Amino acid sequence: MSSASQASDLASFLAPTARPVKRKDIPVATLKQWLRDMMLIREFEIRCMQAYQDKKIGGFCHVYIGQEAVAVGCVAAIEPKDPLVTAYRDHGHALARGMAPKYCMAEMFGRIGGCAKGKGGSMHMFDRANNLFGGHGIVGAQTPLGAGLAFATKYEDEVINRGKSNRVTLCFLGDGALNQGALHEAMNLAGLMDLPVIFIVENNGYSMGTAIERGTTRADRIISKAAGYGIEGVEMYGMDVVQVYDAMKDLADRCRATSRPAFVDMRTYRYKGHSMSDPRKYRTREEEEQYEAHDPIGRLEKQLRSTNQLTDAEFESMGDAIREEVRECVAWADASPVPGIEELYHDVYVERWGPYTGTSLPSMLREMQ
Amino acid sequence: MTTIISQRDLPMTTLEAVPLTGPVPPSSPAREIEFRDAVREAMSEEMRRDARVFLLGEEVAQYNGAYKVSRGMLEEFGPRRIIDTPISESGFAGLAIGAAMLGLRPIVEFMSWSFSLVAADPILNNAPKMLYMSGGQFGCPIVFRGNDGAGGQLGSTHSWCVEGLYSNVPGLKMAIPSNPYDAKGLMKAAIRDDDPVFFLESERLLAFKGHVPETEYTIPFGKAAIRRVGSDVTIVSWGRPVHFALEAAEALAKEGISCEVIDGRTIRPMDWETVFASVRRTNACVVVDQSWSFGSPGSEVAAQVSLHCFDDLDHPVVRVHSDDVPAPYAFNLEQEMLPNARKICQAVRTVTYNA
Repeated sequence: MSSASQASDLASFLAPTARPVKRKDIPVATLKQWLRDMMLIREFEIRCMQAYQDKKIGGFCHVYIGQEAVAVGCVAAIEPKDPLVTAYRDHGHALARGMAPKYCMAEMFGRIGGCAKGKGGSMHMFDRANNLFGGHGIVGAQTPLGAGLAFATKYEDEVINRGKSNRVTLCFLGDGALNQGALHEAMNLAGLMDLPVIFIVENNGYSMGTAIERGTTRADRIISKAAGYGIEGVEMYGMDVVQVYDAMKDLADRCRATSRPAFVDMRTYRYKGHSMSDPRKYRTREEEEQYEAHDPIGRLEKQLRSTNQLTDAEFESMGDAIREEVRECVAWADASPVPGIEELYHDVYVERWGPYTGTSLPSMLREMQ
Repeated sequence: MTTIISQRDLPMTTLEAVPLTGPVPPSSPAREIEFRDAVREAMSEEMRRDARVFLLGEEVAQYNGAYKVSRGMLEEFGPRRIIDTPISESGFAGLAIGAAMLGLRPIVEFMSWSFSLVAADPILNNAPKMLYMSGGQFGCPIVFRGNDGAGGQLGSTHSWCVEGLYSNVPGLKMAIPSNPYDAKGLMKAAIRDDDPVFFLESERLLAFKGHVPETEYTIPFGKAAIRRVGSDVTIVSWGRPVHFALEAAEALAKEGISCEVIDGRTIRPMDWETVFASVRRTNACVVVDQSWSFGSPGSEVAAQVSLHCFDDLDHPVVRVHSDDVPAPYAFNLEQEMLPNARKICQAVRTVTYNA
């Protein structure tokens, strides 16, 4: 094994997963919506980084820049009723799933208007209305939960409602979670119990500062790990939203129909550090530039422009609208009050007892009702 | 300071002890069943009532349960609801938590709570914090249950009293029943509870028999039972050590020392009112807790009693715990390590100035 990072060689890490797209009939309006969704995530994350520098955001903050095509393409491939659970790099998933960005931003600002009333923070985005089951902070911990969500949908559909299982769960993880026992237990259980869950490894080549081949065996072919549990594995090119959607749609439909798990090695790249405090000394600027040339947003933009489906003016106004939307969401978050001290003892238990004052839904869900 | 009048001589006509063998049934024939049967009845009744309830764990189905708690349940409910898992505690505990988030009501059997240590992340980091982290969006209505505590010569790794570790965590509830009647009533309440419940059984008590009515009942959390009414000292305990406390009280009665024995039944929430009221009458308190002493539920009781009943106490609270050593294998050493009647008698004599 060379001492250079796997991810430093773009040709071997990313390129082999590129596939021709089967679906040629994706409406232009849909493509534009995906472009818009990805641009929104990127702009949102840029503003997060600024807000972090301004000390409006505390704790850990992991941004999704570079990986936008994954969340947007995967969410497009499933239905709103399908559960989704992810790790701590979760802002992109929340926005792609449909959470209004102001609730996401306010959460990071530690304000009562946040999706979790400011009690969760950057790593814990939850949205019950959109079937987003978190944002989880411990590497790999969400993978048994993902198996459990799939267990529960199947149990509800088949045991309680006596019908056929018809939901599929997406469980996202980073490549660092490949080395956690929880994932392997979750895969064994999913394989054993025929659970309709897709484990999607957002393989960006690094777990914090550790290049994948320094921490993971068979780093060049991680789907071999799923094979050990009798789970179908698919490698996907995660820098192209159309390819992500196309491949994920096939896989999600198959899992839904067969009620079997699957595993995806989604090759992607995070442009920024692991978290805000990461100076990225473990990789070169040249490497980053190689990947930035494969940018998912630039790629779709170019595709739409080259076929004259997107004009300069349209693209510009799209960007303006997104920048304005995110500016507004930052202002909204900043204007949202901090949680009252009484919130400390709220939402600890459903039941009221002792000093605990029961629970209630966040304003995000109340406002939607 | 105001003068505190001792309540030692106040009448106790309202107090009535409930024996460990359960409330005496109003009509015969009495029905006596084992602790394990009581737990099973509770689970089965709740599964008949609510299709969202299911049981999973190692050997719970085809093997009928490592300790036969789930005997016959596979036959009644089938493999979709009585689910054998591989030896994979972190995986199946996490799976059950995911299922609870979506709205099911899992019962997770740990063959031994000692094995739950490898599932510490899901049971401590996910289940009790989900409601808080999600700002009230996702609760976790789940019951984790299994054998807890030493006493069977199982050695250091299989003898954990996890109440010493887990009761520290906000967001969970903890029940430690001492007898079949409570086991059934508390288990039914646990399954219906919207919060995660850690339900600690003792392998040494599984064959213990008591009256359990066939009629429907639940026991609310946070309500202690007075097992013996007394006037000289309050002994606070829960789970198996309640039996040792009663044994000690019997012996001490012969010495003329009258012990009140309080069975906490749940320690999160703890019924402080009952504990404090008793201490205010007896003016002395001994806590018996089978976990290690440092940072334990027993030290919490001692701290709360000292704080709230300071002026009522004639002596500092004394605690009886397992010795601060790993659980040994040798029978005599293990017996010596655990709280036992001899140690409790000693503690009572100390706090009542009879030493």
